[in-house]
Amino acid sequence: MERTYLDHAATSPVHPQVVEAMIPYMTTYFGNPSSIHSFGRESRRALDEARETIAKTVGAKANEIIFTSGGTEADNLAIIGVAMANREKGRHIITTSVEHHAVLNTCKYLQKQGFDVTYLPVDEHGMISVEQVKSALRDDTIIVSIMFGNNETGVLQPIHDIGQLLRDHDAYFHTDAVQAYGLVPIDVHELGIDLLSVSSHKVNGPKGVGFLYVREGVRLMPHIYGGEQERKRRAGTENVPGIVGFQKAAELAQQTMSEKRALYEQFQHIMLTTFEREGIDYAVNGHETNRLPHVLNVAFFGTNVEALLVNLDLAGIAASSGSACTAGSIDPSHVLVAMYGNDSERIRSSVRFSFGYGNTLEQIERAAYDIAKIVKRLTKA
Amino acid sequence: MTRVVVGMSGGVDSSVAALLLKQQGYDVIGIFMKNWDDTDENGVCTATEDYEDVVRVCNQIGIPYYAVNFEKQYWEKVFTYFLDEYKAGRTPNPDVMCNKEIKFKAFLEHAMALGADYLATGHYARVAYRDGEYKLLRGLDANKDQTYFLNQLGQAQLSKVLFPIGELQKSKVREIAKEAGLATAGKKDSTGICFIGERNFKQFLSNYLPAQPGEMQTLDGQLKGKHDGLMYYTIGQRHGLGIGGSGEPWFVVGKNVKDNILYVAQGFDNELLYSDAIIATNVNWVSDRKPNEPISCTAKFRYRQPDVPVTVEMINETTARVSFSQRVRAVTPGQAVVFYHGEQCLGGGTIDQVFRNGERLTYVG
Repeated sequence: MERTYLDHAATSPVHPQVVEAMIPYMTTYFGNPSSIHSFGRESRRALDEARETIAKTVGAKANEIIFTSGGTEADNLAIIGVAMANREKGRHIITTSVEHHAVLNTCKYLQKQGFDVTYLPVDEHGMISVEQVKSALRDDTIIVSIMFGNNETGVLQPIHDIGQLLRDHDAYFHTDAVQAYGLVPIDVHELGIDLLSVSSHKVNGPKGVGFLYVREGVRLMPHIYGGEQERKRRAGTENVPGIVGFQKAAELAQQTMSEKRALYEQFQHIMLTTFEREGIDYAVNGHETNRLPHVLNVAFFGTNVEALLVNLDLAGIAASSGSACTAGSIDPSHVLVAMYGNDSERIRSSVRFSFGYGNTLEQIERAAYDIAKIVKRLTKA
Repeated sequence: MTRVVVGMSGGVDSSVAALLLKQQGYDVIGIFMKNWDDTDENGVCTATEDYEDVVRVCNQIGIPYYAVNFEKQYWEKVFTYFLDEYKAGRTPNPDVMCNKEIKFKAFLEHAMALGADYLATGHYARVAYRDGEYKLLRGLDANKDQTYFLNQLGQAQLSKVLFPIGELQKSKVREIAKEAGLATAGKKDSTGICFIGERNFKQFLSNYLPAQPGEMQTLDGQLKGKHDGLMYYTIGQRHGLGIGGSGEPWFVVGKNVKDNILYVAQGFDNELLYSDAIIATNVNWVSDRKPNEPISCTAKFRYRQPDVPVTVEMINETTARVSFSQRVRAVTPGQAVVFYHGEQCLGGGTIDQVFRNGERLTYVG
């Protein structure tokens, strides 16, 4: 059976050029970047180059990039690191109710440590407003963590305006850009961002690597102790092949950004017009236009998401719903609950499709038709 | 290819059921049902552990696996009933209700929505198509037969159900699992009510129902001690009464919910524990055909109890009078009465009222 992967927001295939770039750093150049011999220097050079390249993709300086094991660690380091280093200044944190669990559960942990967290609610478009942030700000607010683009709905938050607002406040501004990176141009200075998290495996890089941008001057307490790697902010021998692969993936993502955007918008159009033509009762979750182009979250009214996803899988279409599972079952998405409330039918009938490398127009056309067929079968009963 | 959804619990029985179906050439899909959100003192959710076993076994067998969440339905249809019965002083059977409302209703519907031709489970029971209808037959392992819990199924369900291990002895099931190297081969059988598991029953129940301690009395009003709450006791129970003194041990013989009194009597074979007829409600016939004349068959009043010859007479659509040819000890309201004809399970109902010598034993409940 031919399969179609429409779950790139969960993880993505590694680009062949990335694999190619990584191999020498597992075979020939395997040295430890901290070593003082030639083997070490080879790795160190690659590491520095990667740091330079990756820094440029967000308009940062190389010394402002901390490599991590991924987006989750970057989020943890940003929020816990800032909270612990600045707790004498204040104990208030602002975030939103639609963050990824890497942010939400980090904030919950800090609540147990005595911090005070404000979770901003979103409107039915999945958005927060600058005014909400403004009125939640207090003298003792030390960090505001608001995601760039949502992983479930793709909805973009007003990052630029929040950045402007926070220029006049002591609180640091962190954004989880794991989904937005590579699809939206990001300049941390223009946007007024102090800390920014990115993951490699969402942009066709390898798993197990990510970075945290930390603006020079931000007070941050490390939470992994050991050697002096990453300027003592993140100990542990660097994942050199992963970082080299991430560099290649980042370069490719920057080069292809506009063509990807156009292609994914076309994919969305194909899917929605197919659903329309097939007479499916559906609605797109999240703001109509202010969204990342690769994520399409759709409520299929009259279906049950658990049955729908299994049917899609059995038909070779990989999609997903929600982001948290217990014992393999699908918990209601906290993002959709925040947008539509607990009683909305959308909570039980929504599926996220996310596009990426390798998807073709033909695939999308066929998948859209197959999805419509399955939805019709499930709603007929 | 014929598609079969297997309800997988993470235990050895359903693991082997899935394996056998796969070997027989079916298009097999394993599905784990999550009916209860349960996290223990160490933050470990037993459902997560069980699901991990399902994942490992399905990967070993080479079948896709999924989970489905029926927590809401389980709460509404099974757990609410369970609590209501305890509140009424009865001893419910949530496994019968779970099979009726969840496994062979909500889950069966889910399986059908996945394009399945059949739903299979790891029950020790058999289905045979004879004389134009589906018969529910006892599992061949007499010690494991689970038809008692399946008494509420009808033709609609049986026509879509497979019990792949119903022909096997439990020891054979373990042997097959071991030979195939299944991750669950050595897993011990689950005991007790699924959502309570190994935990302290009293403590569990007290989280949901307020315990009202009261008096323990003999039927003629003699005070024998205190009870911790009527819901903690069932008819025929000996342990946990704490009545000392000489002579034969004491047993629970009944409950007075209105006055919160637990009735006790002395001696295992005390006459007060015996009955010879019941009224059963919610009576289901596997054939979907209610007998119009009284029928002679056998019955079980508890799981794993030997059958007793009885006569069943329907007195309305779903209520039956069941008379026994011999007296039976500790027949308990709320439990299931299940009818058999030889190897065939005919159906069953809920024990509602208990009689002796034509007189209702109001003290039983």
